[in-house]
Amino acid sequence: MFRTTLKAFAVIGGLLAALPSPAGAAGDEIHLPPVRFSFDGVFGTYDRASAQRGFQVYKEVCAACHAMRLISYRNLRELGLTEQQVAAIASQVQIQDGPNDEGQMFERPGRPSDRFRSPFPNDAAARAANNNSLPPDLSVITKARAGGAAYIYALMTGYSEPPAGVTVAEGMNYNQYFPGHQIAMAPPLNPDQVQFADGTPATVENMARDVATFLQWAAEPELEQRRGMGVKIILFLTVLAGLAYAVKRKIWADAH
Amino acid sequence: MAIGLHNSDMKNPVVRWIDQRMPIFTMMQKEYGSFPTPRNFNYFWNFGALAMVNLMIMIATGIFLAMHYTPHTTLAFDSVERIMRDVNFGWLMRYVHANGASMFFIVVYIHIWRGMYYGSYKAPRELLWMLGVVIFLLMMATAFMGYVLPWGQMSFWGATVITNLFSAFPVVGQWIVSLLWGGFSVDNPTLNRFFSLHYLLPFVIVGVVFLHIVALHITGSNNPLGIEPKGPQDTLPFHPYYTAKDSFGLVIYFIVFAVLVFFAPNYLGHPDNYIPANPLVTPAHIVPEWYFLPYYAILRAVPDKLGGVLLMFGSILVWFVLPWLDRSPVRSMRFRPLARIAFLLWTVAFLVLLYCGGKPAEEPFVTISRIATAYYFAYFLVILPLLGRLERPLPLPESISRAVLRGGGPLPAGAAAKPMEKA
Amino acid sequence: MAESGAATASDGTPRRDFLNLVTASFAAVGVGAIAWPFIASMQPARDVLALASTDVELAPIAEGQAVTVMWRGKPIFVRHRTGAEITAARDVPPAQLPDPATDQSRVQKDQWLVVIGICTHLGCVPLGQKPTDPRGEYGGWFCPCHGSHYDTSGRIRKGPAPRNLDVPQYAFTSDTKIRIG
Repeated sequence: MFRTTLKAFAVIGGLLAALPSPAGAAGDEIHLPPVRFSFDGVFGTYDRASAQRGFQVYKEVCAACHAMRLISYRNLRELGLTEQQVAAIASQVQIQDGPNDEGQMFERPGRPSDRFRSPFPNDAAARAANNNSLPPDLSVITKARAGGAAYIYALMTGYSEPPAGVTVAEGMNYNQYFPGHQIAMAPPLNPDQVQFADGTPATVENMARDVATFLQWAAEPELEQRRGMGVKIILFLTVLAGLAYAVKRKIWADAH
Repeated sequence: MAIGLHNSDMKNPVVRWIDQRMPIFTMMQKEYGSFPTPRNFNYFWNFGALAMVNLMIMIATGIFLAMHYTPHTTLAFDSVERIMRDVNFGWLMRYVHANGASMFFIVVYIHIWRGMYYGSYKAPRELLWMLGVVIFLLMMATAFMGYVLPWGQMSFWGATVITNLFSAFPVVGQWIVSLLWGGFSVDNPTLNRFFSLHYLLPFVIVGVVFLHIVALHITGSNNPLGIEPKGPQDTLPFHPYYTAKDSFGLVIYFIVFAVLVFFAPNYLGHPDNYIPANPLVTPAHIVPEWYFLPYYAILRAVPDKLGGVLLMFGSILVWFVLPWLDRSPVRSMRFRPLARIAFLLWTVAFLVLLYCGGKPAEEPFVTISRIATAYYFAYFLVILPLLGRLERPLPLPESISRAVLRGGGPLPAGAAAKPMEKA
Repeated sequence: MAESGAATASDGTPRRDFLNLVTASFAAVGVGAIAWPFIASMQPARDVLALASTDVELAPIAEGQAVTVMWRGKPIFVRHRTGAEITAARDVPPAQLPDPATDQSRVQKDQWLVVIGICTHLGCVPLGQKPTDPRGEYGGWFCPCHGSHYDTSGRIRKGPAPRNLDVPQYAFTSDTKIRIG
């Protein structure tokens, strides 16, 4: 019986293996540089300190152009910030609210329940201010790009002078990891651009890793709960499989 | 049938009271308890039950997801992300539902493959087989519309490309397309009707599954030998033998499912579907969900628009007439040496098409797709009809019990009601 | 399905019964655990629980007037009470009321009454906010659905409602501003 089971799973495995990896679909292959994150692997979790630094990088650098409209300030509690810290961060921005009793929209200080304030009121405004390129929303960016956080890290660290013979269009920048290699975004990270409170040196690599960690958390805040639950459920099912197989053997003992 | 209370054998007085008035317990006992089932099923026969459980999982998670989803172009994407972030266990529901679709297709593809390999489509099970093809078509429609609902880039452009297929038909094509869209492009009316139909079709599937099982219980199941049971020595009661075996298979299936949901929930998805739909920007490389890739490859293998569409639909519609294309009296490929090779090659062609469908429409994939497409149809339209006449099958065993029981089992003529050989 | 193997045992040895029992129990636990996420998903989501508090500017509300504001999808009645209304509310011995409560326990500043505008009977919104509305026999609110009368402290005085109008959590952020929630 196990032979046929194996056959069945060989079919499943074959189906899965035959699936083209989405990353390979883009035509010319770009190989991302190796980078390790705290959330790699089956049991990986988010490095809270790194993610907090990443939030600081986002707030002080990326947020000038990139929205994260699906994230609320209250979500930062999950990164280990206190209620007071979250309220303080939220109150630094002005959020449009209204209409009031006179029918006018007005601005008020942000609250923890507010979504991250977007730098531009709409996509058209964002394009107009950015040389007709739309800075993508970063809420789920690691799920929306092949390679995920590793791609973000590669992109942040992948700026260089174009190789000989490659001309870069007006207003574009050369990045070896961007599909097509010409990206409108100027190199966003420069050494010592931010001051980390915990004394971590603000190298481009450190900032890139931290912001990639933060964005990975923003895209998959459920990751730790999901994996923890998955381990328990699979252990449970493995025991149940053993029991079910024993029951099946017993019942079938007289039928062979 | 006689009027009056049913003569119930049930022991429990409450059960008996109900059973006398509405004999559902007698029916369950007959159809799932003592139902005589060939004793020689292998694990491929688990996949029907798995598909049934999978359908239930999809309906349950779908109903609860629909409580939080908003079918509007401006809100759909955000409402899905809200499910992922804010709704209690919303991420679990959504990942089970999304990966459940993939699991459903894996299970059903294996179920169909088993039917083809062991000749389950042949007389007297033609209608059973055709109902199965109907279920598969409904599944495809449901899955396609479900993929549109998150309103990401692949949702939008997949919907645009697939609905535009219908424009290939002469005269009525454009009319059908605007009927599907409810406008001049894939837009809010499209999303609304897709949501409505995506909610409806699973219940239609439940209905056809019921008919599928009714038909199954008239003819009885096929088996790996493809010969009919000749008496009680060839069968076992469904319960507890196959309930126990199906339960074990079910747990294994859950483990595979759990690995996907908890550790690779987006492995089978496409990153572009986490980019909100944008009617002005087409993704560099539009691919459908993996389970549609073989048909997508067939579509692209044909240089003519209408021809491609016809061949794509034909690749599944041909299954309807499979019982009449394959006229060999022998069901199981175990006893058909030539057809067996031809069918395994067909399986390879199917997997090659699945692979090519996910690759860009350029060489060498176009040529490979064309060869695989040609073989796909040749198998059904040329090879099977010819082999039905020309092939010399291997000798069939006298009976199931003679073939599978150690020590040979009783002869079919023997009177033994229940073989007692120990394993 | 997994439990079904436990039911019949044609040659039931004790070991097999025990095995069946353990397997069935495991499967039952599994089925029970599956049900929980479904039920939990229907409880308020985290963004709903985190819903913003509502600020109300009191300065524009003249004495004797009332405003209705939304908070958590419910109407909140804010009434600027007159001296006569306060006196009326405080002259009643609380012991005689269906739901005894002093007026002092229901307000933070005497002239401002803040209550959730939902009748405690079956959830209708009582009348009495607009000057033209009937205010019932006790000058507060009157619920037209089943005839509950509330007084100027929002307490139930007559009719089927079992409890006084609920007082939401709120705080004065300045002399003329409150934040509900």
